[in-house]
Amino acid sequence: MSLSTHKVTSPVMGIFYRAPSPEEKPYVEIGQHVRASDVVCIIESMKVFTELRANQNGIVKRILVENEDPVMKNQDLIEIEIEA
Amino acid sequence: MKLKHRLPYRFKKIFVANRGEIALRIIRACREMEILSVAAFSDADRNSLPVKMADEAANIGSALSRKSYLNIENILKAAHDSGADAIHPGYGFLSENPLFAKACKEASIKFIGPSPECLAAAGDKSAAREKLKLLGIPIIPGSDGIIRSSDQAEQVSEEIGYPIIIKASGGGGGRGMRIVRGAHELPEALKTASGEARAAFGNPDVYIEKYFEKPRHIEVQILRDYFGNQIHLFERECSIQKRHQKLIEESPSPCVDVAFREKICETALKIAESIRYTNAGTIEFLVDQEKKFYFMEVNARIQVEHPVTEMVTGVDLVAEQIRIARGEALGLKQADIRLDGWALECRINAENPEDGFMPSPGTVRNLILPGGPGIRLDTHLFTGYDVPPYYDSLICKAIAWGKNRNEAISRMKRALHEFKIEGIHMTIPFHQEILTNHNFLKGEIHTQFLKEWKGL
Repeated sequence: MSLSTHKVTSPVMGIFYRAPSPEEKPYVEIGQHVRASDVVCIIESMKVFTELRANQNGIVKRILVENEDPVMKNQDLIEIEIEA
Repeated sequence: MKLKHRLPYRFKKIFVANRGEIALRIIRACREMEILSVAAFSDADRNSLPVKMADEAANIGSALSRKSYLNIENILKAAHDSGADAIHPGYGFLSENPLFAKACKEASIKFIGPSPECLAAAGDKSAAREKLKLLGIPIIPGSDGIIRSSDQAEQVSEEIGYPIIIKASGGGGGRGMRIVRGAHELPEALKTASGEARAAFGNPDVYIEKYFEKPRHIEVQILRDYFGNQIHLFERECSIQKRHQKLIEESPSPCVDVAFREKICETALKIAESIRYTNAGTIEFLVDQEKKFYFMEVNARIQVEHPVTEMVTGVDLVAEQIRIARGEALGLKQADIRLDGWALECRINAENPEDGFMPSPGTVRNLILPGGPGIRLDTHLFTGYDVPPYYDSLICKAIAWGKNRNEAISRMKRALHEFKIEGIHMTIPFHQEILTNHNFLKGEIHTQFLKEWKGL
């Protein structure tokens, strides 16, 4: 099972956002199908915003962090079940 | 101007609605003036240096800026509860927000800065352009408002001459910007700029300006009181920029001679007078390769780079801000302001220059700060401090003064060499590299300097 999941991790200490702005809908929900090139969340660090992509085609299995919570460098954020 | 209700206030306590080095700067001015200070802090800044150094501290909300340093309601409540009679907004955050200035006024707490009306006037760029044009102030040729059709874009561009730059009305930072060098590139560039602007700012509106190759950024510091007394404190050159972020500033400018200085400073005062500016402000100009200057904008706040002006004039700008806000007449005359020596500022950011300037929050360890002749450090760093990821990466301003530019640069190099820190990355190695660049040393700089040299 572990071989078929991919974890999106944070490249930097920062703040985790599920949506492009507080007024907008989250990029992804659990159970949603994503393509490798899809943006799945944003990390803000010191006013620099980095969009993180799924990097694998698959299904969003778990979202491991609450919106607007602080995250550490290399922390797991979103778990994606890779499509066979 | 009328003198009614302008009897000097007596500030007993100032609420500092900011964080980091500028909060510290304001608290220091308060202490010297024997005014009590209250440091506002978010949950992330509970253990910060301003909180330790102020007379009091007040929590204004959680770590995210919009829930604390940008939250007008929380700030005013905390300021009111603290019994402060004035608020200093610093720079950034709410410092140039007319609604905040107005809310302070309504809460009977003096906002240390221009009036709400003046902030609105300074912020409305197209109205400012119209007004200054009438006064004969040189402004950057452009579309005077948003572009409504590609025909109009073509016509405006022909009029002002290529190259032109398309800019987003909704914001800055390089997004929604396109440089166009000929009519054939225009339609495509309009489309992409507008699309980018919509994506970045939710507003597809763009305008057109003349694009200058290798311009300099030169700005003039002014002070103006409620009685219409005004002085300038010479120019600062801020041409060393990375993606529109200033990195090194200096005063005087290496390209400015006495006649040019007189002309640009007089123009700045004329602009300040035309909008009845009050308090400390900066008038920004773009200077082209023929040394013609054009008005860019008014920065209606104390600026990050104010220390270089303080070093060469000996004037305490933050103290002057407080005196003007109290309703005092300017105690300084233009003839009192002398330019003494040269000052340079390096804005040191918590970023890793070896890794694409990646932000570098974290815990500071084994900090050794420089000192010695001619060096001033404005910083909130200390060993054990957790640099939070929530805010700007500026963590230290190193300012060097010398009899001349060479001495100031030598001292800056020496100070940066003395700087030791572990736990986070800083941009110091990058500054050190700039300080040895041949063109920089000759004073041959422009706003595309780093782009040309480093692709930044």
